[in-house]
Amino acid sequence: MLRINLVLLAVLVVCALSLVTSRHQARKLFVDLEREQAQTRAYEIEYGQLQIEQSTWAVPARVEKIAREQLRMQLPSADRIEVIEGGGR
Amino acid sequence: MRAGASAPLKLPPLRASLVFGGMLVLFIALIGRSLYLQRIDNDFLQEQGSSRYSRAIEVPAHRGRIMDRYGEPLAISTPVKAIWAWPDKVEATPGQIRALAEALEMPQGSLSQKLAGGADFVYLKRPVPPEVADRIAALRIAGVHDETEYWRYYPSGEVMSQVLGFTGDHDIGQEGMELAQQSWLGGKPGTRRVIINRRGDVVEDVASIRAPQEGRDLALALDSRLQYLAFRELKAAVEANKAKAGAMVVLDVKTGELLALANWPAYNPNSRTRAARERMRNRALTDTFEPGSTLKPFTIAAALESGRVTPNSVIDTAPGTLTIGGATIHDAHREGVLTVEQVIQKSSNVGAAKIALSLPPSAIWQTLSDAGFGAPPRTGFPGEVGGRLRPAKSWRPIEQATIAYGHGISVNLVQLARAYTIFATDGELKPVSLLKLDGPVAGHPAIAPETAREVRHMLEMVVAPGGTAPRAQVAGYRVAGKTGTAHKLEGRSYTDKYIASFVGFAPASNPRLIVAVMIDEPAAGQYYGGSVAAPVFSVVMGTALRLLSVPTDAAVTNVVLPPDGADIREET
Repeated sequence: MLRINLVLLAVLVVCALSLVTSRHQARKLFVDLEREQAQTRAYEIEYGQLQIEQSTWAVPARVEKIAREQLRMQLPSADRIEVIEGGGR
Repeated sequence: MRAGASAPLKLPPLRASLVFGGMLVLFIALIGRSLYLQRIDNDFLQEQGSSRYSRAIEVPAHRGRIMDRYGEPLAISTPVKAIWAWPDKVEATPGQIRALAEALEMPQGSLSQKLAGGADFVYLKRPVPPEVADRIAALRIAGVHDETEYWRYYPSGEVMSQVLGFTGDHDIGQEGMELAQQSWLGGKPGTRRVIINRRGDVVEDVASIRAPQEGRDLALALDSRLQYLAFRELKAAVEANKAKAGAMVVLDVKTGELLALANWPAYNPNSRTRAARERMRNRALTDTFEPGSTLKPFTIAAALESGRVTPNSVIDTAPGTLTIGGATIHDAHREGVLTVEQVIQKSSNVGAAKIALSLPPSAIWQTLSDAGFGAPPRTGFPGEVGGRLRPAKSWRPIEQATIAYGHGISVNLVQLARAYTIFATDGELKPVSLLKLDGPVAGHPAIAPETAREVRHMLEMVVAPGGTAPRAQVAGYRVAGKTGTAHKLEGRSYTDKYIASFVGFAPASNPRLIVAVMIDEPAAGQYYGGSVAAPVFSVVMGTALRLLSVPTDAAVTNVVLPPDGADIREET
């Protein structure tokens, strides 16, 4: 009788300890998850800011100014444009 | 001693029952207290307990982006910081104030002024980049705080200002599409309950009280390249003609999508100092005007539909005036005998009035109504108007005659552009859309395909030499369109101020785009639609067709301009 009780006690102690460790593990993983999620949000915000930056640099007015003034490009006249069917969107 | 030990100890009965009773009372009190704590006062205790380890925290949700038809971002929200203060609680050393002013990039004087202004609460600066806010927080000045808020950026600036509108506090739409699509774009922050440890870090998720609802992205029908093109040309034309304002619409014939919708004057939506209401109005949708001769094709279509005239029927417009009741209609140039085709080509008011008077009013009303006049174009844009088309029963003969050439009726520019879909297609009125669509949409039949083809041919004659708008021609493409030069109505009388307009479509063999231009009060000498609005149309239409790689349907040498000065023959 006593022997069984001792075995059961040992099992109980092991179970209790494993509960504690898994609980601790879960919390640690959860903290990691939270950190990763915060990181995701930060990246999303950065992506939005980069998009703003990109489209600010790419506004047609600026592109046109640089093309005309720095690169000395010009719009071809109508007689130098050939439209090919089936291309483009 | 022995006897005392062996004999049971006897307490006096009174004392024994007193002790027993006292203990019983204490026990009952203890049970009562524990019952009270467990059952009755339980909520309060639970709350107190959980408040030590659990928190309800807000989960932020951002506002959706607005994009053009190719996914170019037009409006994006990003979190920024606002720095605010309770002036009477601010305790700072002069050194701290100096550091704060430096971080905020504002003169120390104006900072002190803000803090001494006597207000309970004052925003020192918004928006501030998060790094700067962190630097300010590190100064640890009592009474100075920051908060996170979303700020909306519009990379295209004034080019699309009236279409997009803007958002106000808490990123809620105030104008334009931002307002119209608020429920689609707007995010709703959620809350969740979490367990925190003693350092305040979240260690466990308990429950989501309200899931955050992220704002959804919105794809507009606009093509940012065409929008920029339309805006640039419109602005140049309004300035060159010293006009008060202008608007331009580019419409896809197949789908009814609004590819461009430009207005001038405009404002910069990124600036928080609010522009005048005048600059914010999307004239093309919220303002009506009397269209003038751009309405004539609809009168002619009604006449062709009734079977009373054919394109080659002859109308005598001599001597260039027509008196009905007490009023007289004038032509800008005397023309004499004209065919119905030439009435459109030369834009004769007398001719159009005579044709209209030969029809029952209800026939004209029906055609105008089928073309979408008198009812809002239902784009969903806030403040959109429908213009005025009075019921045919109330028309007096003079009104019937003036409506024939676009006076006594009011329209907005989008409505006018859309109405031309009945000529650009085979008689179908297409619904207009500010949002991107997946493919062609079915229209609503308004006139017979045969009538549409006949009017289309007449509209092509308008831009040919001898018509009112040779300057609307486009190299490489056949163009069809109609000029308008309307006297402005102020109060009850017409003034010598004009609205010059041009509405047209191309390529005429298989129309793809409709472009409508309206210039309000040109004051630099020229005021005819053919000389003010037609050249803008030509540039925008030609460039847009080439940008969209639309196959040409004419030789590039097709543009034939009459000698300078001799070309513009116009109307009211």
